[in-house]
Amino acid sequence: MLGATVSIALVLLVLPLVAGWLGPAWVRTLGFAALYVMLALGLNIVVGFAGLLDLGYIAFYAVGAYTFALLGSPHLVQNFPAIAQLFPNGLHVPIWAAIPLGAAVAAGFGVLLGTPVLKLRGDYLAIVTLGFGEIIRIFLNNLNEPINLTNGPQGITLIDPVRIGELRFDRALSVAGLQLTSLQLYYYLFTVLALLCVLVCARLQDSRVGRAWMAIREDEIAAKAMGINVRNVKLLAFGLGATFGGVSGSLFAAFQGFVSPESFSLMESIIVLSMIVLGGLGHIPGVILGAVMLSVFPELLRHSVGPLQTQLFGRTLIDTEVLRMLLYGAALVVIMLYRPKGLWPAPQHGVAPSTITSTPTQASADS
Amino acid sequence: MLNVGGVSKRFGGLQALEEVGLHIERQQIYGLIGPNGAGKTTFFNVITGLVRPDAGHFELDGTAYEPTAVHRVAAAGIARTFQNIRLFADMTALENVMVGRHVRTHCGALASVLRTGTARREEEQIRQRSRELLQYVGISHLGHLQARTLSYGDQRRLEIARALATDPKLLALDEPAAGMNATEKTGLRRLLERIRSDGITILLIEHDVKLVMGLCDQVTVLDEGRVIKEGSPGQVQHDPAVIEAYLGRAHAPA
Amino acid sequence: MGSLDTFLQQVFNGLVLGSLYALIALGYTMVYGIVNLINFAHGDVLMVGALTALSAIAAAQGFAPGIPGWGLMLIGMFAAVPVCVLLSLLIERVAYRPLRHAPRLAPLITAIGVSILLQTLAMSVWGRNPRTFPQLLPSEPIVLGPATATVTKLLVIVLSAVIMVALLILVQRTRLGRAMRATAENARVASLMGVNPNAVIAATFAIGAALAAVAGVMYAALYSVAHFYMGFIPGLKAFTAAVLGGIGNIPGAMIGGILLGLIEALGAGYIDQLSNGVFGSNYQDVFAFIVLCAVLILRPSGLLGERVADRA
Repeated sequence: MLGATVSIALVLLVLPLVAGWLGPAWVRTLGFAALYVMLALGLNIVVGFAGLLDLGYIAFYAVGAYTFALLGSPHLVQNFPAIAQLFPNGLHVPIWAAIPLGAAVAAGFGVLLGTPVLKLRGDYLAIVTLGFGEIIRIFLNNLNEPINLTNGPQGITLIDPVRIGELRFDRALSVAGLQLTSLQLYYYLFTVLALLCVLVCARLQDSRVGRAWMAIREDEIAAKAMGINVRNVKLLAFGLGATFGGVSGSLFAAFQGFVSPESFSLMESIIVLSMIVLGGLGHIPGVILGAVMLSVFPELLRHSVGPLQTQLFGRTLIDTEVLRMLLYGAALVVIMLYRPKGLWPAPQHGVAPSTITSTPTQASADS
Repeated sequence: MLNVGGVSKRFGGLQALEEVGLHIERQQIYGLIGPNGAGKTTFFNVITGLVRPDAGHFELDGTAYEPTAVHRVAAAGIARTFQNIRLFADMTALENVMVGRHVRTHCGALASVLRTGTARREEEQIRQRSRELLQYVGISHLGHLQARTLSYGDQRRLEIARALATDPKLLALDEPAAGMNATEKTGLRRLLERIRSDGITILLIEHDVKLVMGLCDQVTVLDEGRVIKEGSPGQVQHDPAVIEAYLGRAHAPA
Repeated sequence: MGSLDTFLQQVFNGLVLGSLYALIALGYTMVYGIVNLINFAHGDVLMVGALTALSAIAAAQGFAPGIPGWGLMLIGMFAAVPVCVLLSLLIERVAYRPLRHAPRLAPLITAIGVSILLQTLAMSVWGRNPRTFPQLLPSEPIVLGPATATVTKLLVIVLSAVIMVALLILVQRTRLGRAMRATAENARVASLMGVNPNAVIAATFAIGAALAAVAGVMYAALYSVAHFYMGFIPGLKAFTAAVLGGIGNIPGAMIGGILLGLIEALGAGYIDQLSNGVFGSNYQDVFAFIVLCAVLILRPSGLLGERVADRA
């Protein structure tokens, strides 16, 4: 156990250095992989633990990102003279306040959305959450007049990078003779936070709340009959999932330096869903696997299939963007048909030895 | 312990229950019997809050209650099992019982994440009590096994253990002996008598007449949504209206 | 003067939109009624129909440049319908049928995957950029009293009405229709009566796909554009319409569709005035979503009531 932990820690530590040697694009991919792990863990709470299919999850990511963007960029100062007066040096909310705020706003949206909607049955819940996700995107795209809140399709740029004390993450850092690039710094930050998320999820899973979620997922009526306040427990799952989304979104905004509604489409929600479905719904290691696979593979494909096609055929037959989407769609369909519990599902609990069971004579009519 | 009266419920064109009531004393084992379709499970669903009645008043242990929210009924002290067994199939037997402790424990998400002392203690208590309950119903050796793989009789016992985990005042069992053979039924009977002697009142729906007569202190007979007789098993057994209800009409095939 | 004319114009626009929504909604509602599945990929079938028609029309124009607009339109539809029918039969057989008794989330997740795959297919065959759908029918405005229409818009209304009547007759008066209704209510009992549920379900998908194909061609003709993502929004709105009318309920889907079209047209037409310029007509799509949420939260069984099979 200790040996495994140490090896994993070493690998995670060394990975960005290896990737950096291959090229900055790969380090960036690793950073996004860590971000996706956080997102996947959050969605896993909602879909995997509590069994609620949320197709608009990316809205919480968007809300977190835009909140951070508004708190740490020139946008508000440029568009609202009142705010420019309050903050003559520009609005630069430090991350220890901005990220919790982003998370809180996302959680607020989660509760707002969840309260009327969580009593709906599974497929309706999915469609309504999808609708909400789209509504958020439409508003982000259009709230640039009469007051310019989101700057419409152009998005918000010049977002502050992460700053911890004197350390700026958008500059390289010299440490112990090594030169760590900004991308590598972000990777370490995201990985540490992702590990924290794993810890939180693991503790939740094995707790009173986690059991309540699973009970609801298995049989909602029986859960109610055992005294579980199903509505509140579902809301908790939804809100926590939204919080994870909000935190990830804030980090994304800082990482990328700009946000626009394009990054928050339905396809993104589906991508996160396919990650947890592929890896193993409800199983934390599986979820991590799925997130890493589906964020790294498309990049691998892009760098190999593209040039390979040009070599073989003289031109690109299949656009790698198309290939990427194909991967997500195929993952969902193939997994559901052939391995519905995912690539790395939770290990089966013990199975009782088969005993002679009398087939129940069903008093099927209502007694 | 349980005082229910005037319960009526109509589903579309069918009057499922009409002015049904019963009165159960503390630590009684009370039977609710009647032919198929009489409304017994509907009555259960009403008193536990799964179905909203058109009329009725309800009182548990001297306190009036509105059976509107299922989870609040459980918190108030009525725990039930289901005719078709509703276990949490993919969870282990132990976890099933641990879920039953939910209503009597308080640890929230934050405390669980931070693993506070209170959280750890409560979690240990939950686990301990659940193990005790598995032993109480006689399936402690099956705790780590997935609930869906248990034998039918063991699943029924597990459901009872889970219901007991909620520390109920009244245990409502919907056909607990269905599909059991004679040995299993004897075991069940002993278990129920033991539960009663440990201070819990029991209300049960059952078709097995012999079991009911041997076990129950009082019985109410329902037929077509109405109470046709209440009294001791002996009184009910020989009542002509009851006999007619059971024998004097065509039944749904078993 | 202005406002009555504007009102009537918006009503007319609403009828046009609503007819399309109704056609698409019928596919959703019939499938949900019979297998309790939201066919997430239904909107994408519409898209394949539109793009197939586009290719067929381009090919026909290449072979015989003299074919009139009406002829090309027909060719487009006659190409789109069989392609969509075959496609949806394939999808049903490969992706949905194996999961008919799987736990409830599985078919929905698969449907999402199928939707993505269809879009990928469309991107590979027709490229990622929007394609222009040629103007086939005369585009001079026709004045109908206070409202202005075009031939295309009138065609939408008339063709949809004809199709809907035909569908009602099919469902109420034919053997297949009876089999569909029986299977929708209780598949097991229907099979005991000699109905082949697999065949009936396949037929249901096929009919829905045919309707979607026609709707897709008309959508493309109306907006003069077709692209791989065009099915998503109409699909979502049509699903809203199906829920609005009562899922599983065929007349409900028709009424829901028309109603949603009217709400959307009137809403988009007046929102500018109503909100004092805060919200413009680019918020048009939001209406359908608001209707969806409102219906599901306030009256989930819809206006005319649900007609779904009892889940076993």
